[in-house]
Amino acid sequence: MTVFCLAELDGDAVADASLRALTLARGLAAGAGTGVAAVLFCDADLASALDLAAYGVGDVFAVSGVGGYAPVAWARVLAELLEADDAAPDMSRHAVIAGGTERGNEVLAHLGAITGLPMAANCVAASPADAGRLEIVRQRWAGLLLEEAVLDAPVALLTVATDAVAPEPAAAEGAATVHVVSPPVSEADLVVRAVESPAGAGGASLATARVVVGGGRGVGSADGFAPLEELAGLLGGVVGVSRVVTSEGWRPHSMQVGQTGTKITPDLYLACGISGAIQHFAGCSGAKHIIAINTDPSAPMMTRADYAIVGDLHSVLPALIEALRQRA
Amino acid sequence: MEILVCVKRVPTVGGVLTLTADQRAIDTKTSGFTISPHEECAVEEAVRLVERFGGSVTVASLGSPVAEEQLRACLALGASAAVLLETADGVETGPVATAAALRTVAASGSFDLVLLGNEASDTGDYQVGIRLAHLLGRPVATGIKSIVVSDEGSLSVSRTYRGVLETFTLPLPCVVTVKEGINLPRYPSLPGRLRAKRASITRVPVDEAGPAPASDVRMTRLRVPDAPKKQATVLGHGPDAVPALVSVLAEIGVLS
Repeated sequence: MTVFCLAELDGDAVADASLRALTLARGLAAGAGTGVAAVLFCDADLASALDLAAYGVGDVFAVSGVGGYAPVAWARVLAELLEADDAAPDMSRHAVIAGGTERGNEVLAHLGAITGLPMAANCVAASPADAGRLEIVRQRWAGLLLEEAVLDAPVALLTVATDAVAPEPAAAEGAATVHVVSPPVSEADLVVRAVESPAGAGGASLATARVVVGGGRGVGSADGFAPLEELAGLLGGVVGVSRVVTSEGWRPHSMQVGQTGTKITPDLYLACGISGAIQHFAGCSGAKHIIAINTDPSAPMMTRADYAIVGDLHSVLPALIEALRQRA
Repeated sequence: MEILVCVKRVPTVGGVLTLTADQRAIDTKTSGFTISPHEECAVEEAVRLVERFGGSVTVASLGSPVAEEQLRACLALGASAAVLLETADGVETGPVATAAALRTVAASGSFDLVLLGNEASDTGDYQVGIRLAHLLGRPVATGIKSIVVSDEGSLSVSRTYRGVLETFTLPLPCVVTVKEGINLPRYPSLPGRLRAKRASITRVPVDEAGPAPASDVRMTRLRVPDAPKKQATVLGHGPDAVPALVSVLAEIGVLS
């Protein structure tokens, strides 16, 4: 048997989400006494250049000939790799694992539909249980709630939450063998395929910003964001907003932090006038430091922050901006 | 354009998430319910498409009779027909069974487009739309933030992924799952709300008898992850707290 892991690329490197998936895959494979095989949709040269052995990968399948991202075709290739592996003498169980990204969840859901197997999205842990089953823990509510479950299937399909399992290289490094695979792909499986083009500025910078100045209902209006924007500029950061701000139309959805917006991981999240609905924490709990400014000292954002200032953001922020200017 | 939108009733959770005594569900005694956010945007998108190109919007939901509340909310937003795929109260239907049940509605009409949310906010299974598309034998795109109708009976849909815009061209009929941000849903009008109150909702019982599937994800229990027990340090009140705040910013290392 084999634990297959779909490895996505971020530029010419393995994507962070896939390193997390490989880490979970390695633990699962070790528990089952088997190895990890990485599946990449790229040419053999690039696949060979990636140091996948560092993550405990023994076999690398470099799939060529699909021509870009086509979710059904990718899933079909994984289904065929499973079948080929099935023909091997050891008929014990398999798993297919991917990072819980848009593509990872999408491809594994297609694989589930093609094979008739269940799929568990955004797992944070998986370990072998009795009778070939897996005990899993997966995220619900974008991680605000955890589900403990038994995944009972001949082949376990699961994705790994992008913010839970820390990427960790293997203790002992072996060598990876690269296999070049060029499976026939039917036209029908290529009907839906991605055409890539540069995206406009926006969401991406929020996800990677070192400083995020957050604004919520307490900002009061679209015009009320002026001091937040000025402060973000002074701190080399960007402005993020809570869901109520986009629902009111004060700022676009691309600036939203939270379960249905962007997950942020800044060094500092300065939350101004945000009460802290639990869905908002799903987006900002990855911040290293949280400072909250709010008139209500009992607001969840104030009690869960590292530092709190009780007061109106409209008087605190201008004073802060003034102090930072004088400092410069 | 005939459009089917599949929506889910989910709890409105505010500041805290608490579980029932058996740890198998969220305690909703004090919470309200709403349409899962991505799906509210799916309804809005469908209504806008029909306003532009003609046709009608049907909404469907799998759930107990209380889910009629969400179907009526969709009718108030501009849907013209609603179907409740009725399950017993307190039953959680998994993604495979949900897709199978939705198929009965989706295959019964001549829908050009079936819209769903990318994932339900509560269970977050990320697969119902894709499984439904496979059952219907139709192409599907997920996580979509923009839908443009082309002249040749196809859709151009897009999403952003790792800072890159991904565009998919889908022939109609097809399935699309959308994400919040594709539009800003309207507030229901008063006439809309009155119409929704009077509208009749088609009820279709979902047969859940029969053996459990051989393969499945079987929930054991739910738990709320341990939140770091932090006690916020209060730096002060109002502008007087600014010197202390500046010191903290310097300590964190965000001042150049």
